[in-house]
Amino acid sequence: MRLKTLRLRTPGDIAFTVVLGLTCALLLFLTLYPIYFVVIASVSDPTLVATGGVSFWPRGISWFGYEQIFADNRIWTGYRNTILYTVVGTALNLAVTLPAAYALSRREFAPRKVLMLLFAFTMFFNGGLIPMYLLLRDLSLLDNWLVFVLPSAVNVYNLIIARAFFENSLPEELFEAATIDGANYFQFFIKMALPLSMAIISVIGLYYLVQHWNDFFTGLVFVRTYDKQPLQIVLRDILISNQAFAGGAGGAGATGGSYAQQYADQIKYGVIVVSTLPVIVLYPFLQRYFEKGVMIGSVKG
Amino acid sequence: MTVTDTAPLKLNGRRHAPSRAGRSGGRGLLRHVRRYWQLWLMALPAMVFVAIFAYFPMYGLQLAFREFDFSAGLTGGDWVGLKYFRQFFDSAQFWTLMRNTVVISVTTVVVGFIAPIFLALLVNQVVGRRRKKFFQTVTYLPHFISIVVIVGMLQVFLSPTSGLITRVAQFFGATDVNYLGDTSTFVPVYVISEVWQHCGWNSIIYLAALASVDTQLYEAARIDGAGRMTIIRHIDFPALVPTMIVLLILNMGNVLNTGFEKIFLMQNPLNLGVSEVIATYVYKIGILSNQFSYATAIGLFNTMINFAFLVITNQIAKRVSNTSLW
Repeated sequence: MRLKTLRLRTPGDIAFTVVLGLTCALLLFLTLYPIYFVVIASVSDPTLVATGGVSFWPRGISWFGYEQIFADNRIWTGYRNTILYTVVGTALNLAVTLPAAYALSRREFAPRKVLMLLFAFTMFFNGGLIPMYLLLRDLSLLDNWLVFVLPSAVNVYNLIIARAFFENSLPEELFEAATIDGANYFQFFIKMALPLSMAIISVIGLYYLVQHWNDFFTGLVFVRTYDKQPLQIVLRDILISNQAFAGGAGGAGATGGSYAQQYADQIKYGVIVVSTLPVIVLYPFLQRYFEKGVMIGSVKG
Repeated sequence: MTVTDTAPLKLNGRRHAPSRAGRSGGRGLLRHVRRYWQLWLMALPAMVFVAIFAYFPMYGLQLAFREFDFSAGLTGGDWVGLKYFRQFFDSAQFWTLMRNTVVISVTTVVVGFIAPIFLALLVNQVVGRRRKKFFQTVTYLPHFISIVVIVGMLQVFLSPTSGLITRVAQFFGATDVNYLGDTSTFVPVYVISEVWQHCGWNSIIYLAALASVDTQLYEAARIDGAGRMTIIRHIDFPALVPTMIVLLILNMGNVLNTGFEKIFLMQNPLNLGVSEVIATYVYKIGILSNQFSYATAIGLFNTMINFAFLVITNQIAKRVSNTSLW
């Protein structure tokens, strides 16, 4: 803002402003156009899309892709599962992370240094895939929907930013006043700390939510039954394994000639829209929280 | 219980000194638990989850040195020492896997490290709060798209017959390129799409550092006749260096951690020669063909290298610039 009064002093600065504007416009285009193209391609005539007839607005409106998607049970089962895992998972995440973060933010909680070290260590060192797999097998969590919820109950990064927030933004005087009034830790946490920390709760809640929504690995490795699979696994089958058609008929797109492939592609564009829509629609409202999370996180690196 | 409990709280500033002194002994710990049982209880669920799902698998790493025995479970097999490590080092796959993993991860780390710095310096030059905000918001939108969708988008855009990007490339004279099925284009496609997705997000932290630069510095530089490029080079860039070092150390801890999901999803028989990395190989050997001990050994080798890189980079950074993680 200060720069405004000082800009355009030298010819170099004028050139700079021009180059800056062009670069920014180019970057915006490169970021947004692929997303925009997916949206218009999903409602355009598949043949026109495949031959380059669609570039900036939809042409030859066709709802074929969406009709197929709405008739495809795999997607809606996946959607239902993902919503279930996301809601239950995020609730558990918050219920576990927030109290722990609060306890670890209290200076009189003597083991906090050791515990933080033990927590942080897991960010850089882990048992790896196979011991995890065998552990989940022994706990009967394989092919069990709880596997989407329990192993990811604590994310150490989120724990650290929540702790940093409690430590830096809850005034100690408030705690002292509350204890004089007879509040214990539980009461202070529920009645004072949480209501004053809605910012951080939103931040890590959203981090957890996105993490669950986009989780593909858990379903791939730990779950066999298709009815339990989340949306991302269904998306994989449609988008990447090219099984766009629910019945499998005509879905051998890779070999089925370009005509079938065009229709398969339209389904793909539609599926991308349908699966990503919740995130994109919520995004403008939520993005300031995400950003805040990075800022808080950077305090304690 | 609650009465005895709340009493010491208001005195915590003065009272906790003796309890800290007694911390070394088991009795001191017990006393601490009794006094602060509420805090312990609040931390307990997280401790339990981390113990089970992070530390128990680490304990299970001994499987890398044992023969896996289905009846005896995770830790019951016979010791075989370094057999599986030797098997890995001697296998025909070893050098291919190492090369692929290092090429993909080092390229990603280097490009993924530099791009957000430039983006932040650029965004910081945008004049006007709202315009800057809009630009930022747009550039980190792709961060929240799932990996499956990203790879799905790559597939439709790069389709050799009808893909949007393929057609643009053809317009500029490229012929018959199958970007996802070609060994020479796999890494660029992987890295560029990584940057497209995460560059904006990763620049936030640098923008925060730039926002805290003292504006007097800019004014002083202006009075001395500095142009905008000079200001970027001598004021903005140096302001980012501490953040850069911390992020570099963190990145080095992931030097052999290629993103499993994205590479796995981008793999096809045509590009497997450059796209098979340690993480995907562990999955195939371990989960798909049940060679648990061998896969654990490969995974442990990978983790050890990463950890070594993290520690070494941290030590170097500490010595060179006094910035470090610990």
